[in-house]
Amino acid sequence: MIAIIDYGAGNIKSLQFALDKLGKTSKLTMDPEEINQADSIILPGVGAFKDAMEALQRYQLDTILKDEAANGKPILGICLGMQLFYEYSEENGGCHGLGLLSGSAKRISDKVKVPHMGWNILQQADQARALLNNLGDEPYVYFVHSYAVDGLEENTLVASADYGGRVPAIVQNKNITGMQFHPEKSGDVGIALLKNYEESIS
Amino acid sequence: MLAKRIIPCLDVDKGRVVKGKKFQDIKDVANPVELAARYNREGADELVFYDITASNEERNIFLDVVEQVAREIAIPFMVGGGIRTIEDIHSVLHAGADKVSVNSAAVQRPELIKESSDKFGSQCIVLSIDAKKTADGDFHVFINGGRKDTGMDAIEWAKQGEALGAGELVVNAMDSDGEKNGYQIELTKKIADAVNIPVIASGGAGKYEHFSKVFTEGIDAALAASVFHYEEIPIPELKEYLSSQGIPMRRRA
Repeated sequence: MIAIIDYGAGNIKSLQFALDKLGKTSKLTMDPEEINQADSIILPGVGAFKDAMEALQRYQLDTILKDEAANGKPILGICLGMQLFYEYSEENGGCHGLGLLSGSAKRISDKVKVPHMGWNILQQADQARALLNNLGDEPYVYFVHSYAVDGLEENTLVASADYGGRVPAIVQNKNITGMQFHPEKSGDVGIALLKNYEESIS
Repeated sequence: MLAKRIIPCLDVDKGRVVKGKKFQDIKDVANPVELAARYNREGADELVFYDITASNEERNIFLDVVEQVAREIAIPFMVGGGIRTIEDIHSVLHAGADKVSVNSAAVQRPELIKESSDKFGSQCIVLSIDAKKTADGDFHVFINGGRKDTGMDAIEWAKQGEALGAGELVVNAMDSDGEKNGYQIELTKKIADAVNIPVIASGGAGKYEHFSKVFTEGIDAALAASVFHYEEIPIPELKEYLSSQGIPMRRRA
């Protein structure tokens, strides 16, 4: 069972429907016992960084996530969920994150329209990873965000997109994986990515 | 590079997709869930659903359609029509929509944009503007399905909408709606130049060239209804054409 962390983060239904299509059982939950019993965890997220961190802290989900991460349980962060893995975000005056990965979220350059909204191409980083198998030519995925991760450890970058500079799109460090875009909203490419991810952890 | 977006728009009345001209002569076209699935297969980048009746009892039929669509397709979709309160926004997002567009209610109470973008995030609050050129050459904002001239300047309203927290704008040109003579480039470009958020052109698509024209003018996305519903312009061919014109397109589903 996949535990989708329930802390009031936007449209979760699409993610559940996408996992249904892959035959994966998921449950929206904030119950520590259920999260502990789950095979893997997904941290979704839309909205503001600070509100999300406060919501996680209110339900002590921050501690649970840190513990599960340390225990090696696979955790996937989507969109803001990925940014929450990092040490810090400068959004709304600044806020500390979960600190599972090193780096921080910075606002996308105003030289381009913000938010970065729409379909952009994933560009593979140096090392090929199984996560990117079978995506075909020009793998477009759907992004919606105003902040992007900066200062990450280069060997954790799996794929990036180009928008007012480099936008880390997929990151991975051991059991921690982040997708800045919405795989559940990225058509066949997104479903293929979720399938690759689920296969890699099962 | 960010692809330009092709967005079919489905007007929904009592659970069916309908189509009219200049907001009139409404005709029944299709089942919204089936049509959404077809557009998804054909490579539409996003979908828009407008609830054009939005009476209370029909609202639940519409929300049911939204949820079925979310189950069926894995591309983003926006919902509009009859959105007046934070609760309305919450109910469509909860049903599975990714974005909500506000129109008349935001004109009457601009704080709705700020309150909703603070609560749900700018990325899901879209300001939809119905505009028409007046005798003195300015573009005015109209409300109530295009029946009432507010006297507000459309470009100023777009800027205010951005400042209040809208994450995207839909510009519905009422003069060109349903006429198939091309998008209202003048208005849409003026708005796109005045803001730093994505702008969706709406109203007037009839030919492939209308799409290439709007994209080469720097507009981010183009919305259309009947040319897609009646398969006058098949989306795969349209994208092939635009791609050959050097416009960045996502070319498969």
